[in-house]
Amino acid sequence: MYSVTYHRASSVADAVKLVKKGEDAKFLSGGMTLLPAMKTRLAAPSDLVDLCHIADMKGIKVSGKNVTIGAGTTHGEVASNEKLKAVCAAFSDLAAHIGDPAVRHKGTIGGSIANNDPAADYPAALIALDATVVTNKREIAAAKFFTGLFETALKDDEIVTAVKFTAPAKAGYEKFRNPASRYAMTGVFVAKGKDDVRVAVTGAGEDGVFRSKEIEAALSKKFDASALEGVTVPAKNLMADIHASSDYRAALVVVMAKRAVAKANG
Amino acid sequence: MGVEGIGARVARKEDRRFITGAGRYVDDMVVPGMKHAAFVRSPYAHADIKKIDVKAAEAMPGVIGVLTGKQLKGDGIGNLICGWMIHSKDGSPMKMGAWSPLAVDRVRYVGDAVAIVVAETKGQARDAAEAVEVVYKEKKAVTDAVQALKKGAPQLHPEAENNLIFDWEIGDAKATDEAIAKAAHVTKVHIVNNRLIPNAMEPRAALGHYNKAEDHYTCWTTSQNPHVARLVMSAFYNVAPENKLRVIAPDVGGGFGSKIYIYPEEIVCLWASKRTGVPVKWVADRTESFLTDAHGRDHVSEVQLALDKNNKVIGLKVDTIANLGAYMSLFSSSVPTYLYATLLSGQYDIPAIHANVRTVYTNTAPVDAYRGAGRPEACYLIERTMETAARELGMSPAEFRRINFITQFPHQTPVIMNYDTGDFGASLNAAMKEADYAGFPKRREAAKKRGKLRGIGFSCYIEACGIAPSKAVGSLGAGVGLWESAEVRVNAVGTIEVLTGSHSHGQGHETTFAQLVNQRLGVPIDSVSIVHGDTDKVQMGMGTYGSRSGAVGMSAISKALDKVEAKAKKIAAHLMEADEADIVIENGELKVAGTDKSLPWFQVALASYTAHNLPDGMEPGLKETAFYDPSNFTFPAGCYICEVEIDPDTGVTEIVQFVAADDFGNIINPMIVEGQVHGGVAQGIGQALLEGCRYDADSGQLVTASYMDYTMPRADDLPSFKVSTSNTPCPGNPLGMKGCGEAGAIGSPPAVMNAITDAIGDNDLTMPATPLKVWASLKAMTRH
Ligand SMILES: Cc1cc2nc3c(=O)[nH]c(=O)nc-3n(C[C@H](O)[C@H](O)[C@H](O)COP(=O)(O)OP(=O)(O)OC[C@H]3O[C@@H](n4cnc5c(N)ncnc54)[C@H](O)[C@@H]3O)c2cc1C
Repeated sequence: MYSVTYHRASSVADAVKLVKKGEDAKFLSGGMTLLPAMKTRLAAPSDLVDLCHIADMKGIKVSGKNVTIGAGTTHGEVASNEKLKAVCAAFSDLAAHIGDPAVRHKGTIGGSIANNDPAADYPAALIALDATVVTNKREIAAAKFFTGLFETALKDDEIVTAVKFTAPAKAGYEKFRNPASRYAMTGVFVAKGKDDVRVAVTGAGEDGVFRSKEIEAALSKKFDASALEGVTVPAKNLMADIHASSDYRAALVVVMAKRAVAKANG
Repeated sequence: MGVEGIGARVARKEDRRFITGAGRYVDDMVVPGMKHAAFVRSPYAHADIKKIDVKAAEAMPGVIGVLTGKQLKGDGIGNLICGWMIHSKDGSPMKMGAWSPLAVDRVRYVGDAVAIVVAETKGQARDAAEAVEVVYKEKKAVTDAVQALKKGAPQLHPEAENNLIFDWEIGDAKATDEAIAKAAHVTKVHIVNNRLIPNAMEPRAALGHYNKAEDHYTCWTTSQNPHVARLVMSAFYNVAPENKLRVIAPDVGGGFGSKIYIYPEEIVCLWASKRTGVPVKWVADRTESFLTDAHGRDHVSEVQLALDKNNKVIGLKVDTIANLGAYMSLFSSSVPTYLYATLLSGQYDIPAIHANVRTVYTNTAPVDAYRGAGRPEACYLIERTMETAARELGMSPAEFRRINFITQFPHQTPVIMNYDTGDFGASLNAAMKEADYAGFPKRREAAKKRGKLRGIGFSCYIEACGIAPSKAVGSLGAGVGLWESAEVRVNAVGTIEVLTGSHSHGQGHETTFAQLVNQRLGVPIDSVSIVHGDTDKVQMGMGTYGSRSGAVGMSAISKALDKVEAKAKKIAAHLMEADEADIVIENGELKVAGTDKSLPWFQVALASYTAHNLPDGMEPGLKETAFYDPSNFTFPAGCYICEVEIDPDTGVTEIVQFVAADDFGNIINPMIVEGQVHGGVAQGIGQALLEGCRYDADSGQLVTASYMDYTMPRADDLPSFKVSTSNTPCPGNPLGMKGCGEAGAIGSPPAVMNAITDAIGDNDLTMPATPLKVWASLKAMTRH
């Protein structure tokens, strides 16, 4: 790790002030992505502005079907929140299967989506749930928020403060883990809302998370795994690496979608 | 069996310290004035070094010194060596290319060390290492051994034309060709044994300390054999004469072979300590471990198995190409030769065998022994081939093996080894029973109903442990003898220290060796301390690898105990005015047989040191040394049966059952033996399903250089193992032990692959059988 100056922010405004002071300052949430990158010298911020102690960014509110999750909420808290489980168990279930207990105890939803790793889980949920990302400056629709591999609509001094969504009638998430990293090698979140079905795929797309038209069309007709028999998705624009070819990922998208629907239907 | 003696299931004494984080590893060692080192490493797989400029680095904060290969050479530090001479079949010696501890004018793999920076802190050393300017001229690289042998391939060492290190053979080519010519059936198989990266939990580390006042060096290092390290560093690298060099290997967190060898870093830290005047510590980070620890395996072979009309094996012909990486590591030449081809007969009576082995330089990390070392490669080859032959013949794989088993012992194979004892049928029967082999067809049907493909696979392995008779290995090219030493020091109050040349880095010697002493002298194991890992404390010894610490290391202790016992009996006889021949040692007492006369152990020990009343002419004290040189290898063997279920939608393999029935000879501590089997099988399953080192063919970059891409086995990849032993005591050593440290890693990969290929019906699948490969194979077959 290169040497770095640490600052603890007491409020969102304080964090913005602090981040502007540093030459190449970065926000720090759970550090589960940023710190390993710094340890291996792949990231070298001059300053870290720690967001973990900002009370406003923490906690989960559920009123009716409306869910608001503070950006500083850990995966572990998302996984175990009873009110959230009651309205959208798939979301908690997703959080419960991120990394390992240590990662879930530290890593945050804000950090995960700000990072937008193409193999991260939350982006699929946010897209399929048509969620809104709340920042210190504005509200951004999830579809506009994730712009590419490790790319988001965030400006340098923009902080994700919360994520909002309306719980759908039914939802389910299933992922195939990369054998080595155990991140999502293909993860599919399906959500059946009042009038549409949305299906988002993570871990597979060359440009990060995307919606699968083919699967949405099939599931819109019948929200059941059987509707996906014979359905294929194009391998074009899917990632290929030593763990999975794009053909294999294309096949996994359909298999994971089937399993996600089965879960959603209970 | 006493509660703590041979055969007792005693919990490991050392575990309290390890699992409470109180172990003391090289990185825990602190010497006054100690500073920190970082290595400048090649980012290229193959390049000429045009220029090294250290000025900017020297000016960085905290920097004490920046040293390069030129200075190292100037100070007369020698090149690294391979200590086992192999001759090609044309009689020429192996072609050893120069391996300078710091590269001088050329780098040959990504991670090759180029310079060392010593600074006040580790961070400063790393910062300055990045500031060392090395001008490289990149050359074409080759990472695959088969490609490296081809015409026009990039050349690594001027000494080795066509990158060929040696072209060696064993066995009878003519007899084998004749067997193939007259065979009723010939099974042909192409075998790939994947390259593995060791991944010991503790990364390699070295702390070099030159004491100017005494003109003496101390090296703390992560070594499986500190005495060998000292010998090699003084005899070949000119670091210091042996009497001025102390090597300490304290607690070491796993080795699996990778910590046998002498690497550049420990030599350079010692040298740099003298150069800079400060003690120099280096600890590898995980990336350095991936890049520079000696890798394992990496063989490609063509196999022909000749069968007569009764389905008896009459010949085996093997042509192997082995990748040794960019430089020849310390024992690299022995692994694909004498540790490999001598085991190709497996458990079978094969009248004619011939193996040809070519070893090759490539732009990859050096390859050397890794848990099993050559024997996993042999076992995988013969067991995949036997399974394939059984399938081609339409025979039960168990029956086909059974009719070809060796049943008479001793048995001389056509490839040097003389198997002393064994009962292969017994292990096969035990495994088949435990696995409910008869019930398999039903289980397969049930799986099919659930949409799963179920398969079963055998592996009847044999390996050679207890390395090794010094005279024999000397005649085969070894630069060292492979005996072991022990000293048993009885203290005046009867407590005991055992100084052993073996080294424990996870094996549990502090417990098992004490159990042996308890068995012999009745002293509680808490009163027995095992001392190892320090060349200033312990007499010359050869260290731990090749499952030798029981069969060889404990045999040395047993010999020393014989002497201690003999002297103690003399003293007891004298004190109790009895005949020496009537003295027996029982439950911590020396008794006169057939009487009620006895003396407690501690009184005899005390008498030896007070020396007030010893037999005439007897020297005081009770301390004995022994060197034990084995008369033969030992031959652990067994049968493993693996059962898998495959999800055809995803290609995921689940191991639903794994049975291991082993013959390890006599067992000191069944719990430790089971632990060794569990760990070995986990490693073997890792090789079969998960682990595969990958270099980029063009750039020579290591693609699997972190846990993000290199898949280590995790608990949830593994079933609950069913392990058992049925043992035939080894006649060759006093304790009847064979060794159990590597069996699991040797025997399991073919069992897993035989099961998967049985399930999916594609025999060409290679390790690791990742979900991607299994899925692609199933998809290709449904297309046809
Ligand atoms: C072993 C391991 C396994 C993992 N497995 C998975 C997995 O299976 N699935 C998965 O999805 N993830 C996985 N992760 C990643 C984990 O979920 C991280 O917690 C997450 O990606 C980042 O969250 P964080 O709070 O740790 O953010 P940090 O690491 O602190 O920050 C990440 C990035 O986001 C920026 N940032 C942080 N917070 C904010 C904010 N509020 N506003 C704007 N920018 C911000 C930081 O500046 C940084 O660039 C794993 C991580 C590890 C170490």
